[in-house]
Amino acid sequence: MHILYSIFVDPFMQMAHAPDLLVQTLWDGLVSGVLYALIALGFVLIFKASGVFNFAQGIMVVFAALTLVGLNEHGVPAYLALALTVVVMLVLAIAVERAILRPLVNQPEIILFMATFGLTYVLIGLGELIFGGDPKVMISDQLGLPSGSYRINMLGGYVQLQKIDIAAAIIASLMVAGLGIVFNRTRIGRALRAVADSHRAALSVGISLEQIWVVVWFAAGVVALATGIMWGARSNVSFALEIIALKALPVLILGGFTSIPGAIVGGLIIGVGEKMGEFYWGPLVGGGIESWFAYVIALVFLLFRPQGLFGERIIERL
Amino acid sequence: MFYREVGQYKTSYAADQALLPILQDRIGIAVILLIAFVAVPLTASNFALDSVLIPILVLSLAATGLNLLTGYTGLLSLGTGGFMGVGAFACYKLTTIFPNVNIIFLILCSGFFAAAIGTVFGLPSLRIKGFYLAVATLAAQFFLSWCFIRIPWLYNYNISASIEVPTKTLFGLAVTGPTASSTTRYLLVLSIVTVLVLMAANLMRGRIGRTWMAVRDMDLAAELIGIRLYQTKLLAFAVSSFYCGVAGAMMAFLWLGNAESESFNINQSFLILFMVIIGGLGSLLGSFLGAALIWGLPIVLRHAPAYLGLHIRSATVDQSTFVILGVLIIFFLIVEPHGLARLWQIGKQKLRVWPFPY
Repeated sequence: MHILYSIFVDPFMQMAHAPDLLVQTLWDGLVSGVLYALIALGFVLIFKASGVFNFAQGIMVVFAALTLVGLNEHGVPAYLALALTVVVMLVLAIAVERAILRPLVNQPEIILFMATFGLTYVLIGLGELIFGGDPKVMISDQLGLPSGSYRINMLGGYVQLQKIDIAAAIIASLMVAGLGIVFNRTRIGRALRAVADSHRAALSVGISLEQIWVVVWFAAGVVALATGIMWGARSNVSFALEIIALKALPVLILGGFTSIPGAIVGGLIIGVGEKMGEFYWGPLVGGGIESWFAYVIALVFLLFRPQGLFGERIIERL
Repeated sequence: MFYREVGQYKTSYAADQALLPILQDRIGIAVILLIAFVAVPLTASNFALDSVLIPILVLSLAATGLNLLTGYTGLLSLGTGGFMGVGAFACYKLTTIFPNVNIIFLILCSGFFAAAIGTVFGLPSLRIKGFYLAVATLAAQFFLSWCFIRIPWLYNYNISASIEVPTKTLFGLAVTGPTASSTTRYLLVLSIVTVLVLMAANLMRGRIGRTWMAVRDMDLAAELIGIRLYQTKLLAFAVSSFYCGVAGAMMAFLWLGNAESESFNINQSFLILFMVIIGGLGSLLGSFLGAALIWGLPIVLRHAPAYLGLHIRSATVDQSTFVILGVLIIFFLIVEPHGLARLWQIGKQKLRVWPFPY
């Protein structure tokens, strides 16, 4: 009886008693949700266009952030370093297309998945070789990102909003809007959607798969860079960031592998659910449930919609 | 020429369905077993046993378990590390509760605990497929890792939060714990692995294995010819987790001598998946080849600069190992997407037709 009470009644009592804490928790959840959504966005871009489950997305985030900070450490001005990092991501995209995607075209999905694992190892090794393995501080000041926080008095208490988080949310929405415009309004965006629908049909109307893959991996690289800057500004840039890639996976299955709105909504649901679960229900089982709670949320959704919230309906034929 | 089945007539159904129908295969397996059981313990050094052969055998068993699930039944799982952990912690609790029972029996028993947990986490496989299922099994991995840290009962309220393997004897010989010799442990691991892999091979040529492969090739069609997906998939999860659990128990008791939550984390799951895919999906031989390659390669890479007389900082060597390993994985996938086991098949064909090209 006591257990039922502490699961079903007590957390809601706490929420009602301290609404400012509830708002703070919700905000924290939304902010981490935005970052999960950004990583998931990188996954979705690549999965849609090439059917590759890109495990390396997480390490691409770290690699991009490391390149940026590392270049700056070597005396390159911040904005030039940013531009150079974008170039590095382009080179990476071309290299991936040449060395991995082209030789492995038409192989089973699991083989391509494994190949992105190989890519993960290469990027971890390269990153450590070139820039060293120590955690680095993100150059958020030089890039003109705000720091500090707003304190809003409300609901009989106060809520603290980090400026960097607000900036992250704005940049994320700009990026999603930009991607939406590119996908829907430009020639290359239409080609991307054609490839996502059917590789063969796209080839037969003269779309170059190789070119599309480079574009998509480059786009994912830029998304990774933005994610890396945002995440790096909140904590340090280190290989520990790689773990957030694993956090993005439940977002993916929740939103569906092929849906950009799904990635965003899924990210927000997971972010909020995770923080609320940790804050209100975590203490019941000794805390630290953040590591697996997201997966449980995603699983519950999956049991009702096996293709994710926004995924395309799975039709099976013999 | 060397490997020719011509003239080996099968005169009974039993001979036709035998595990190794070809004489050369039987001789080959016998020679390998003879070397593994007799020659290796007599000649190998403690280093070779402790850090090469025992790990490869244990990991091969785990890879076999995952291969049953991923290679034969087509269910992608990333929870292998968690299931191995269940085996290890179950074995630890069993040795605490029943201190006088034979250790081999306990190691095998702990596999059943892993099987039970694996079945529970296999339940989503009835609704979801492919990468969605892979991510769902990650839930198992993270939840189990969390349990290994947060439930102190599992590690007997140790301060170190780890399994400390007690010394157990078998026929008066210490087989686990710090006093056990490498050779004893090697022989025990080898025996368990041999028996279990033989069982797996038999499982695969019987009804159960065939239903699994039917589900892998097309589950909808399998259902239409009367295979119950529900039971088949769950059985695959149970058997696979049993193998992983036994491998985990052996890893803690016969290889490392102590183990903690970290030993069974997500990287372990990925490592085993590597072995299965590099070795060859749906091939028991592949599990061994993959384990040998993935475990052996970093050791070789780490010792290579010293042999070549190069002096490189150890950190640099570690990082380069990562890069080279990644490149080699991609290379192997491009050259032979069906894994090392396929290379052996090609080799067999070459031996068959030698000295003629075809």
